[in-house]
Formats: sequence, C-alpha cells, structure tokens
Amino acid sequence: MKGFEYLRNVATLKLDRDTCIGCGMCAQVCPHQVFAIEGKKSRIIERDVCMECGACALNCPVHAIAVDSGVGCASGMINEWLANLKILKNGAGGCS
Amino acid sequence: MSYLVPPGLYVIGEPTPADPVVVTANYKMSYDIVRRELAGRNAWLLVLETHGINVWCAAGKGTFGTGETVRRVQSTRLAEVVNHRLLPLPILGAAGVSAREVRSRTGFAVRFATIRARDLPEFLDNGMITTPAMQELTFTLAERLILTPIEMVAALKSSIPIIIILLLLGGIAEGGPSLAARPVIAYFGALMAGAFAAPLLLPWLPTRSFAIKGAFAGLVWALVWHALNGEDGSASATAASFLLLPAVASFLALNFTGSTPFTSRAGVKKEIRLALPVMAVALLLGTTLWVMGRFFPA
Repeated sequence: MKGFEYLRNVATLKLDRDTCIGCGMCAQVCPHQVFAIEGKKSRIIERDVCMECGACALNCPVHAIAVDSGVGCASGMINEWLANLKILKNGAGGCS
Repeated sequence: MSYLVPPGLYVIGEPTPADPVVVTANYKMSYDIVRRELAGRNAWLLVLETHGINVWCAAGKGTFGTGETVRRVQSTRLAEVVNHRLLPLPILGAAGVSAREVRSRTGFAVRFATIRARDLPEFLDNGMITTPAMQELTFTLAERLILTPIEMVAALKSSIPIIIILLLLGGIAEGGPSLAARPVIAYFGALMAGAFAAPLLLPWLPTRSFAIKGAFAGLVWALVWHALNGEDGSASATAASFLLLPAVASFLALNFTGSTPFTSRAGVKKEIRLALPVMAVALLLGTTLWVMGRFFPA
C-alpha cells in the first residue's frame, strides 16, 4: 500500500524460516505484501506495514507464522477496556 | 431499512454447473456491488451469514470464517449444484478463513481472488489468476472522503452532553448568554478538524501517529479560531483553547484508526497507552484554566 505507513517497530509478526516450506500462501493472503518468497522460503520484507490481520498465520499449513492478531481500532479497544473495567468493578462488588 | 441479504446461493444470469462460484458477505452493499460488477455474466453467488457486516470486518470477527464457509457450502449443497471444486473468496476474507480446512471439510479449493469486487471480472476472465494490482489495498482521497460522514455523525452523537456542558459553562465563563455559543463553535471546529480534516489530510499530516496528526489539525484550528476572533479573550481562556481543541481533534483522529485499512492492533495499543493520558491531562488542565480564568481574571 503506497503512501501510508503506521507506527514502526510494533508489529508482533514472527516467521519461523526453519519451519517454512515455501508454499507461498502467506504472500497470497497478505493485503500489504509483507512477505516475499525467496529461495523456496518465505521472508518478511516489510514488517512495519503489517496490520496484524492474522490471515497469514491462519493460512500457514505448517504454523510457521505467529502474530497477535486483531483489529487496529482505537474506539473498539477503548470500549473493550471500559467493559473490562466494569466487569472488574462488578467483580469487586460481588466479593465484598 | 435493512442492510441484510438472506444467506444462501444466488444466481447471476443463468449459470450452468460449470460456471464459477463467487463468495461474499450478507451485507447488502457487498452483495449489491458483487452483483453489479458481475452483471451480464453467468455465475453463482454464495452469500455467507455475517449478520450484515462487510467481508473485512466480519473476517476480523470470525463470522466470515472457516465454519460459516463450510456450513454454507454444505447447506446449499454446492457440490451437487456445480461440477467443479473451485471457490474464489475475497482476499480480505482470508483473516477469517483457513483455505486448507475448507478444502479438507468440503472438497472445495479456496482461491483468495481479489481485494475489490471490481477486479472479479478480470480475475475470472484470466483463468483465476490474481495480479499484484488485485492484491494491493488503496486508501485514496475519495475513499477517505466517503468515510468522513460516519465519523462526523458518530462524533456529534457523543457530543450532545459536551455541548450542553459547554453552553452552561460558556454562559458563566464567557460572561452571559450572548457569548455562550462561542465555545460550542470552537468545539465544533475541533470536531471537524479531527473527524473530517484529519482523515482527508491523513498522508500529509506530520508523523505516523494518528493522535499527533489529530492534535496538529486541532492546533491549526485553534490558531485559525484566534485569528478570526482577535485578542478579545483572557490569557487563560486562550491557553485553555490551545489545550482543549487539539485534545478533542486528537481523540477523534485516533478513533479513525478503526476505519483505515493499515493500522495494526499493536500500533493502536501503543498510541492509546501514550496519547490517552496526555489527552486527559490537557482536558483537565484546559477546563480548569478556562473556568478559573473567568472567575479570577489576571
């Protein structure tokens, strides 16, 4: 994706090249061209543009890819966090 | 108005068992766009139950997923309807669908086809080959512009209590009802800076952080606001506006992360952790300065 880059050095994407069989599935499903197949193995060529959607990890047949996948959405994450706080508060109320 | 299409197998034109099957979500807009792009052709359209959510968001939630794909292939008896075993899926559905699991459970070979429905005709005509262009996301000015009304309406809806408070406080702080509307106008400008200007100007605003991009847009608005109004406010009210307006715009710009196709969870997490406390301090300090400035003018 040209012209758009998000924060550097935060993506949780990891590729185990020893396990990789070079099938190319990760490169096919990635909407940001993070992977390239070089010498019958996949390689992460652009880690910083990974949006952690998790398509590569889900579709890797040998589980060579790990990523803490989710949606990069601030309002969703803030709501999640508020909901957790509420649960904690209710939990504490139940305990006392 | 309903945005749902009943899930199931639909026809486009008059398909034979040899014609291709394409898959989409049961969000009416997704369904309509796929139908429109394939108009004049013969194809089967398998619509998955995503509860009216588009492919990408539903894949993130897992409703456009392996389980639903398998279920829908089986419940529509797709294997009896068509004589091939190819199932092209939208690329953005890959976050929810494991191709090899669909194949082992249904016999259908998933092909992650294109990102946009617009490229489906070319994909089908070229023997189901995905070109690099079909696999590349875009986020053009026009694509960002059509997202801004939702951002502005959502921001306005949650603004109602803020506007009431501003009107009440404004009546006190700005010295009477005639001037009470001014803080509301300033706030509305910050809202536009964060929910309209920041999304549109996204690639040109400084840094990679949405919070900083938004704060910058809010700061520019604060400067414009003071240029328009001249030096008629107290020093503390002016200082307050330079804290409050960027904070509002920054928060709204940060919320736009959810509407973009390139922000990561880890990145947004980092922004929330760093930027929210700064916004909270700016909000508290700004409000205090503004109200106190009225009662204890320097």
